[in-house]
Amino acid sequence: MTASTASTAYTDYPTGDPVVDTKAPKGPIAERWDTRRFEAKLVNPANRRKHTVIVVGTGLAGGAAGATLAEQGYRVVQFCYQDSPRRAHSIAAQGGINAAKNYRNDGDSVHRLFYDTVKGGDFRARESNVHRLAQVSVEIIDQCVAQGVPFAREYGGLLDTRSFGGVQVSRTFYARGQTGQQLLLGAYQALSRQIAAGAVEMHQRTEMLDLIVVDGRARGIVARDLLTGRIDTHFADAVVLASGGYGNVFYLSTNAMNSNATAVWRAHRRGAYFANPCFTQIHPTCIPRTGDHQSKLTLMSESLRNDGRIWVPKAKGDRRSPKDIPEDERDYYLERIYPSFGNLVPRDIASRAAKNVCDEGRGVGPGGQEQRGGAEGSSVEGGGGRREGVYLDFADAIARMGRSAVEAKYGNLFDMYARITDEDPYEVPMRIYPAVHYTMGGLWVDYDLQTTVPGLFAIGEANFSDHGANRLGASALMQGLADGYFVLPSTINDYLARHPHKDEVDGGHPAAVAAVRETEERLARLLAVDGDRTPDSFHREIGELMWEYCGMARTDAGLRKALARIPEIREEFWRRIKVPGTGEEFNQSLEKANRIVDYLELAELMCLDALHRAESCGGHFREESQTPDGEAARRDEAFSYAAAWEFAATGAAPTLHKEDLVFEYVHPTQRSYA
Amino acid sequence: MEGCVLTVGLMAALDTRTDRRPSFAGLLWGSTVGKKTAMAVSGIVMLLYLVVHMLGNLKIFFGAGTFDGYAAWLRTIGEPFLHHEWFLWIARVVLVAAVVTHAVAAYQLSRRDIAARPVKYARPSPGRHPRWRRFAPPLSRRRRASYATRTMRWGGIILGLFIVWHILDLTTLTVNPHAAPGHPYANVVATFSTWYGDVIYIVAMLALGLHVRHGFWSAAQTLGAGSAARDRALKTTAHALALLLTAGFISVPVAVMTGLVS
Amino acid sequence: MKLTLRVWRQKNADADGTMSTYEVDGIAKDMSFLEMLDTLNESLILSGEDPVAFDHDCREGICGACSLVINGEAHGPERTTTCQLHMRAFSDGDTIDIEPWRASAFPVVKDLVVDRGAFDRIIQSGGYITAPTGAAPEAHATAVPKPAADTAFEHAECIGCGACVAACPNGSAMLFTSAKVNHLGVLPQGAPERESRVLDMVERMDAEGFGGCTLTGECATACPKGIPLFSITRMNREFVRAARKRG
Repeated sequence: MTASTASTAYTDYPTGDPVVDTKAPKGPIAERWDTRRFEAKLVNPANRRKHTVIVVGTGLAGGAAGATLAEQGYRVVQFCYQDSPRRAHSIAAQGGINAAKNYRNDGDSVHRLFYDTVKGGDFRARESNVHRLAQVSVEIIDQCVAQGVPFAREYGGLLDTRSFGGVQVSRTFYARGQTGQQLLLGAYQALSRQIAAGAVEMHQRTEMLDLIVVDGRARGIVARDLLTGRIDTHFADAVVLASGGYGNVFYLSTNAMNSNATAVWRAHRRGAYFANPCFTQIHPTCIPRTGDHQSKLTLMSESLRNDGRIWVPKAKGDRRSPKDIPEDERDYYLERIYPSFGNLVPRDIASRAAKNVCDEGRGVGPGGQEQRGGAEGSSVEGGGGRREGVYLDFADAIARMGRSAVEAKYGNLFDMYARITDEDPYEVPMRIYPAVHYTMGGLWVDYDLQTTVPGLFAIGEANFSDHGANRLGASALMQGLADGYFVLPSTINDYLARHPHKDEVDGGHPAAVAAVRETEERLARLLAVDGDRTPDSFHREIGELMWEYCGMARTDAGLRKALARIPEIREEFWRRIKVPGTGEEFNQSLEKANRIVDYLELAELMCLDALHRAESCGGHFREESQTPDGEAARRDEAFSYAAAWEFAATGAAPTLHKEDLVFEYVHPTQRSYA
Repeated sequence: MEGCVLTVGLMAALDTRTDRRPSFAGLLWGSTVGKKTAMAVSGIVMLLYLVVHMLGNLKIFFGAGTFDGYAAWLRTIGEPFLHHEWFLWIARVVLVAAVVTHAVAAYQLSRRDIAARPVKYARPSPGRHPRWRRFAPPLSRRRRASYATRTMRWGGIILGLFIVWHILDLTTLTVNPHAAPGHPYANVVATFSTWYGDVIYIVAMLALGLHVRHGFWSAAQTLGAGSAARDRALKTTAHALALLLTAGFISVPVAVMTGLVS
Repeated sequence: MKLTLRVWRQKNADADGTMSTYEVDGIAKDMSFLEMLDTLNESLILSGEDPVAFDHDCREGICGACSLVINGEAHGPERTTTCQLHMRAFSDGDTIDIEPWRASAFPVVKDLVVDRGAFDRIIQSGGYITAPTGAAPEAHATAVPKPAADTAFEHAECIGCGACVAACPNGSAMLFTSAKVNHLGVLPQGAPERESRVLDMVERMDAEGFGGCTLTGECATACPKGIPLFSITRMNREFVRAARKRG
């Protein structure tokens, strides 16, 4: 199961047949969604209750899908690892949700949102999907308002919007800094109504540990009741994964502590292609870490960059307090390098620039890699006194606008910063550093959001579909709800109508028995090693390695180093892991260790994907592929495709299937922010 | 397709609703919120009575004639429409109903409350306002349970026992040292001339003050009359009522003890 | 910092629990309270002991998973969630008591983890607006006065952590229930179900075994999101109004 018995080197991957989306209709892009809905077969309402759909996850995508499928009359069996479906990590999204409503009459339209999203994704997304997302965005707002989501409103009682992430139109709807929470509670409440009606069977504190594939179709899952440790099989006519992204591979990220990749990775092992795993988004304005005890990172809205100025000392290792550093010894590096955009350059550029100045030894603050690396349990060379943090200074803004105006605009963000750091950002400049935030990659899906395993669907952050190589601000909530409320509930009908399962599958089926046995063996093995390292120590090690070599800037040499190291960590993991307790009880260490097993494999695929994509695009920056002035150089002639990987065996080279991207409506251009 | 989705969705919606409802009184008595409403209403009835009672008591300062005459007049209210003492009996029935409602609801709710929180924390809550963080967001003022709030149940029990003694003492005259029917002034003076009469009465009136202080404000919240804007006024009224009632009632034994009334 | 922790340990829902004492050393002021517990757990695992189970997830104060009573106070000495409490709130040498939420309706599952399913069931009983997907009118079809939208938001901020129940001497869920009743009740979209919602939710709340409200105010004091005590007042009003209309 885990031994590296690969006959070929991991990096010598074969290239298989191209993978093609056969579901998106031809014809004018604006009509494709209507056409697809019309062509799709329907299930008679009276027959729907005979169909069962499993939904894994209760975030924006999963919660919305579960509620909607149940409203349509399907029998839904839903799972979440949290103690309540209300706690999924969509809840932490702050900024807002985009929709092409054009309430501002500022020239917005479905086509402009489509255009912005394709361009923002650096031309690595499928046009048909993105256009549909923009179309559906309009309905999402209607739906959420009807559910009672308390969006911000103006005095006339109409919805307020703001512009977000450097977009020129004001299309972002928001509920103070808690948009994700309010949208999620709307979906949770709709789901709750269906649970009460008996249409959704909810299993909370239950984690999917494997996918059951029967005769080439997804027919069920293996899940563990986290309270009792009981491993059960659940069967259905289709399985929907809405289990979120895999940012926690990096250990430190803005993801929730228990967000994990097990559902998607287990599906990948059962045949679902994994697309563009190296596309991760690094958010520039997070609060820096304070030390090795750090367990997670907290994001602050990037709206702070509208008024804050980013700088570091000009001199290396300058340890003076920021107030003692005179103006002419400060380097406002973004304003210097990008005079026209200044502090408002896109996320990836701002992030990389911060990394560069910190690599030069000009980082500030107590946090960082100063003591990190080089020690037992670390795969990274000593940090060499590198401090990770740059100043985000509001002194000028306070002088210009007055403290009360700054307070009105950013008060809650300043409070949050103060609570975590115990520094007063009105007096001392904030310190920020980039952190892993979102993963654009995920399971490969077609226009119907179906993976390469028939009957297995992936929605929300779990799939790869809409954001290409880079996601725009306020688009994650839009995509999650679009998939969950509108897209999947329409497209899944077609699959269910075309595949009426006559034969009932139960736990006695050989495929189910095998999946359960493998799961039980894996857990038993984790408990049996009884080594001398904790699950967290391995998680931290793989996270550091990934952050170092597959983080903000990637090189051929670095990725090869990581690819050499990962199998060693994996081997050490199975030799030295220590998991106390048993499998027949509530055992958080066992849950964690089991997730790390999958991170140790996924990390390898991410590095391979990053290595093979010898271009820079969106969140993926390869140092070898830059313009003469150090900007990302996309190479459309060689890499205008989505990379879908087919699993072979642990440690064995996967097969690459390319989906060629065709741009009929938005023609690729190279970004320029200089 | 959309039409079908809607129909099935609405069917599912209907499943979650029950249209069978008990009566208004049944709805109230059947829930914790409604029982609190009953307590609030009965409490206010008693409170209004107490205000009148306290004011009547003050007539004792005008001498035996006035006080006894007032007591006799109470029996004639409503005549000739009502028979002699009918008004008094109606008032007594209303009061007994209020006391019983209040007490039964309090008993039932208390049992429920104790059952709902059977385990105490190892370290009791420090009873102070939790610290404000530096740069804390401007949230509404914190409120900690006051002494009056925490003693509502004991206060209620004390008042219940007191009412029994008070009726035996000055209504039925069963335990009154003087026990002269038709001469309330002399009976009152006799009770407050004993040390235990004074102690029982004064302790009970202090308990009453505390009970009213939280009870009045609490009743206003239970009846939905409270709001951030009105809170100060409600609190002031509660304090004033508690103070006036306690002071008014206690003034009588104090006057007897000091010889002002004899 | 060096600290003495007294932690509630309970093997499972049926076992008896007890307060166990642990010493932790090398605690930094910048650690969050949960990172301090992570440190304890790392050392417990290595010494072959069962680590302390506690609920946590987002660690940024919004998911509502974390739920510790610290020194007798729900979420500890500052007004925030446990995950946002930092060790600078304590001093070297302190003894810290850590217990689970205590209420009959929140049975302990293991150590510091409780079952808050009762909250979900209260929401299921009516804490929603019936708006099946696809049936929504255009968002601007109904204007919502800004004051109503703001009131709705103020109550919608509840994260369902249960600190209100844990802090209440009666184990009452009035603040949680009223927050949802008011969030949906003040919006025009929530009006058609206004009466049934409050009646059903209160009925469910009572059936779950939560205590009654004696307006001690402890709930609003403990609430990390600042849901005001008047939320309860408002629900009382809604309840009587609904009972009158429906009774």
